[in-house]
Amino acid sequence: MTSNPIDRLARATPAPMAARMRGLSDRAIAWLFVAPTIFLLLAVNIFPLIWTVRLSFTNFRANRPNQAVEWVGLENYTRILTDPGIWQNMQVTAHFLFWTIFFQVIIGFSLAWLINRKFRGNDLWTTLIVIPMMLSPAVVGNFWTFLYQPQIGLFNYVVEFLTGTPAASFQMLGSVTLSPWAIVIVDTWMWTPFVMLICLAGLRSIPDYIYEAAEIDRASKLRQFFTLTVPMVLPFLMLAVLFRGIENFKMFDLVVQLTGGGPGSVTELASINLKREAFEKWRTGYSSAYAIILFVTVFGLASIYVKALNKVKER
Amino acid sequence: MSAYSITEPSGRQKWVAGTLVIGYALITLLPLVWIIMTGFKTPADAISYPPKVVFQPSLEGYVNLFTTRTRVTPEALAALPPPSGFAETIVRNRGMVIAGPSKFGERFVNSVIIGFGSTFLSIVLGTLAAYAFSRFKIPLKDDLLFFILSTRMMPPIAVAIPIFLMYRSLGLSDTHLGMILLYTAVNISLAVWLLKGFIDEIPREYEEAALIDGYTRFQAFVKVVLPQAATGIASTAIFCLIFAWNEYAFAVLLTSGTAQTAPPFIPTIIGIGGQDWPAVAAGATLFLLPVMVFTILLRKHLLRGITFGAVRK
Repeated sequence: MTSNPIDRLARATPAPMAARMRGLSDRAIAWLFVAPTIFLLLAVNIFPLIWTVRLSFTNFRANRPNQAVEWVGLENYTRILTDPGIWQNMQVTAHFLFWTIFFQVIIGFSLAWLINRKFRGNDLWTTLIVIPMMLSPAVVGNFWTFLYQPQIGLFNYVVEFLTGTPAASFQMLGSVTLSPWAIVIVDTWMWTPFVMLICLAGLRSIPDYIYEAAEIDRASKLRQFFTLTVPMVLPFLMLAVLFRGIENFKMFDLVVQLTGGGPGSVTELASINLKREAFEKWRTGYSSAYAIILFVTVFGLASIYVKALNKVKER
Repeated sequence: MSAYSITEPSGRQKWVAGTLVIGYALITLLPLVWIIMTGFKTPADAISYPPKVVFQPSLEGYVNLFTTRTRVTPEALAALPPPSGFAETIVRNRGMVIAGPSKFGERFVNSVIIGFGSTFLSIVLGTLAAYAFSRFKIPLKDDLLFFILSTRMMPPIAVAIPIFLMYRSLGLSDTHLGMILLYTAVNISLAVWLLKGFIDEIPREYEEAALIDGYTRFQAFVKVVLPQAATGIASTAIFCLIFAWNEYAFAVLLTSGTAQTAPPFIPTIIGIGGQDWPAVAAGATLFLLPVMVFTILLRKHLLRGITFGAVRK
């Protein structure tokens, strides 16, 4: 500590790079560091989104780039909103969302509640349970079509084994009544661990002394569960539902592989229908309007929901 | 908590909870075990009913995954020199010869290039941005952070059409670079949010000490902050990699050949009369295994990674 500060500075910054960076103020560095990210997002997210809005007012077709583009105003939007087929897709999507979230919340919360009993080896089993959600939905969906085969599939065999219903007598993916459930089962299998992990975080955030106080007040276990556990986990649970809702609203890969929207259109989610309009029928303008409607729907629902979530948090 | 705490579950409770959770885990892992097993079956064993749990293991699925084969007449087969290697033997037993490699290797390599490329880029850009957001006063900081997160809410198909058009005119369609940029843009929200959380936890005093010692801001960032954030950077990288590795919608909409990754390819593996299930299972196993391993390595950071750090433990 004998050398003076100027000497130390001189030794610490020999490189020309450093000399150049030295000239930069913190503010300049902040902008330099943030700018590439913002630029990339503008180029690959925001610019395309604005472009989608523009296309949605035209009759442009991406497979016929030389055809003259006409402005059609709101025609695409009115056609979509008055098309009964699209309302049916929306209904399919709503059912899918409702049942997947219903099962994932119930099973996910129960699992988290059990794991929170801190039995021996719970970390290992938690990790194993989580694996399905880390896998590729398309690859997993494709393989489940094998498990669902009526003649050879493991799923049908297990059902036959447990209930006695002959395995060849029902087609999970080919039947109008069963195929929506086939999708719900796979989605629940994949994403229950997600809800479980978030619930577990919620349960672990509850301090023990609250239960100790309740115990001293002689509150029954059931009462403790409904007046302490549930309300304290609720914000976490709602957050999990928000994430799952947004993800499942844009669900595509799993369902494309499982049923491709069929049989007929009983599993045709909005995003699958949109893909068909955009990349098979090449109705670019029309499908842009469709995409914007879906996007606005997600954002609208999500922001209403977030308001509700904040109210729950404040309590 | 002490062993005498009244909130500690009883031994019986633990036993019941443990049994139920392990039961669920076994059911949930069954499809995965089945994928791995099917990869080692012969086509006949794979589609036998009732499903075969005990079977003679075979590498036919893996051979079929990596090769294309042609059927030849028995006379021509007999005229060939003896098979070299186990793969040729398996194929000859089916009355066929190996015609060449399949596209699986190529697609897998594409997954590796695009996965690692976009992960690298997301981490570089994400670390810089996260550091700036963590340490500096930036106007509209919260709005910018929310904007970055909101880009993740967009359905891929809503932006796929203009990206498709844009890439076509820029010559980026069906290229590795195009897919790397695209996946980086999707991953950057995750990277910035996660890394900001990790960097926030590093005490500012370390950098201040370095600045007093004569380091520049940039040197302090490289020599003090980066080493401290290494674990966080590593786990963020794995989450980015897993996303890019598994992505399907953009890959299927925007690539057709050169830059197509494995997820759109595996479902198209066809044998005689439909999908060649052992080959599909072999492909799926090779593709899923790295993710399973990463998941086990990553378990401590799992929660933060899947929720952008929105849920704090």
